[in-house]
Amino acid sequence: MSYEQPDERGHFGPYGGRFVAETLMGPLVDLERAYHEARRDPAFQAELAADLRDYVGRPSPLYLAERLTAHAGGARIYLKREDLNHTGAHKVNNTIGQGLLARRMGKKRLIAETGAGQHGVATATVAARLGLSCVIYMGAEDIARQAPNVRRMRLLGAEVVSVTLGSQTLKDAMNEAMRDWATSVDETFYVIGTVSGPHPYPAMVRDFQAVIGQEARRQFLEREGRLPQALVACVGGGSNAIGLFHAFLDDAEVALYGVEAAGKGLASGRHAAPLTANSGRGVLHGARSYLMFDEDGQIRDTHSISAGLDYPGVGPEHAWLKDSGRARYVAVDDEAALAAFHALTRLEGILPALESSHALAYAQTLAARLGRQAALIVNLSGRGDKDVETVAAYGEGKTCRA
Amino acid sequence: MSRIKDTFAGLAGTRAALIPFITGGDPTLSATVPLMHALVRGGADLIEVGMPFSDPMADGPVIQMAHQRALAAGATTRGIIDQVAAFRRDDKRTPVILMGYVNPVETMGYGVFARACQAAGVDGVLLVDMPPEEAADWRAEAGHAGLDTIFLLSPTTSGERLAIIGAASTGFLYYVALKGVTGASHLNVAEVAARLAIVRKTAALPVGVGFGIRDARSAAEVGRFADAVIVGSAIVEKMAAAVSTEAMIADAETFVRGLRAGLVRGEGLRS
Repeated sequence: MSYEQPDERGHFGPYGGRFVAETLMGPLVDLERAYHEARRDPAFQAELAADLRDYVGRPSPLYLAERLTAHAGGARIYLKREDLNHTGAHKVNNTIGQGLLARRMGKKRLIAETGAGQHGVATATVAARLGLSCVIYMGAEDIARQAPNVRRMRLLGAEVVSVTLGSQTLKDAMNEAMRDWATSVDETFYVIGTVSGPHPYPAMVRDFQAVIGQEARRQFLEREGRLPQALVACVGGGSNAIGLFHAFLDDAEVALYGVEAAGKGLASGRHAAPLTANSGRGVLHGARSYLMFDEDGQIRDTHSISAGLDYPGVGPEHAWLKDSGRARYVAVDDEAALAAFHALTRLEGILPALESSHALAYAQTLAARLGRQAALIVNLSGRGDKDVETVAAYGEGKTCRA
Repeated sequence: MSRIKDTFAGLAGTRAALIPFITGGDPTLSATVPLMHALVRGGADLIEVGMPFSDPMADGPVIQMAHQRALAAGATTRGIIDQVAAFRRDDKRTPVILMGYVNPVETMGYGVFARACQAAGVDGVLLVDMPPEEAADWRAEAGHAGLDTIFLLSPTTSGERLAIIGAASTGFLYYVALKGVTGASHLNVAEVAARLAIVRKTAALPVGVGFGIRDARSAAEVGRFADAVIVGSAIVEKMAAAVSTEAMIADAETFVRGLRAGLVRGEGLRS
């Protein structure tokens, strides 16, 4: 069965859609049209492919983590090395694509929301390269915990605006970016960093990130002569996970695992795992999806050690993949993610982002369960240099069991 | 005939209707009913009450803060509907519309919400982040409950979408006067007048204009060609600055009276 989502109005089953104030409807229709034209334009695709190769450094390697495999005691663990991309995460795959589209549409200014700062850095990078002005919205709490990325964005010429309303995290940064866009639609392109937001963003960001899974599938087949038993990726909004999963959706024998942030534990309520906790269906930031909200429909505050996963919603395609049973969603808490951070650092000499550390933690559990005949791919979606301060604050090496 | 229709019919050709906006439950739920009566005393023709939401994406800082104050003081969607019911006991005539965001309404359920509104004497509902394309189920429930469904038009609305929005709307059309969020200050009255002339070619309903109307002067200017003038942030800002609840209610009434005084017989109104 071949997978064809979303429908022409951006719905993934009951999810997705376009829930925005009227001022943004016209610009979204324009964006959708421009994107569809660009997709079919060989010149656009050729420029995108050349940039991904020469500027980003693709294809990213597929690396067999032998010592991590031995540590976990089971299936071979391969890492898709998105941390080796220019700017240090998968985010740049998408910002290159949207940046080229912005230039094609004649826009002079890029804006973006960011949580961990990786998407902000990737957007500021593309703005610098294309000669566009750039404003990044970031929650005040995230500015404090991801200081190195804030400095990088400013060096790249971006203005970083601190968002002090609400929970002061990614959700509030996205609110503020949408307000900016409504005010400046004529000259501004809003670069959304994940597979969320109003149509066409979830589909467009997925398409730009799908290169991860296309490469990984080819690389794994070359290496092992078969497909892996499982894929594992962390899910905040879910762009790195969708990017890895997409080329495998029709391969029914490959199990897909999305790993959410359990924060202080699902039972504590202080988490960011709407899919795993089976929170209800709601509407935020332009799309219907799983969402964390209270009995009055007010959005709940979330918690994760990882700023990039600290978000109450999730991309609508993940909601659809969960309901359809094609992907499974699990959650890993702060402690386990930190332990995985230290394990990869000590065993493989790779500092993973705290976001990716959630996937690494679950991958070790899964590897042990699948056994030595199996193999799996983890999306190492970003590098952890930005998290060194956060990890230090929790006690360096304290939780390493390696 | 609905209260909204009655009100516009009663004013036809004389002057624009005045629609003040307050955020329900700001600063407390108990202040909302006295405030609504004060707005009517000041000269409000319809009243728009905001239902607080944690993430009001279409609102500027003034109304964002009002939403935060209301939520912090315990306001809920049901609480706001209850205030309208209390207002209705003493005012059977002034139409009340609720303005809010989709998620709290969906959480309650469209049908439950619509019936609760009907029972409370709410006349119409505007869900800011629900365009007609996503509103089929909501419109059906609102229709059953006799509620008007009000949708937004904006400077970025195409001719094609104007037809879709016109067909989905009842009561009146809400024209967002500028590209931006509530409380913005870059209103261009001549541009709004030109856009409204285009809207009127296809729209059969009265057209209200909101966003960016900050004082009696801009209300009067817009009132010369619009069927209704909607003022929100300017009122909420005055309220937030008041030293006591009594002063806040008095200030709101005085401010609305000033707005109302500038609305006189105009040209370009539909008769």
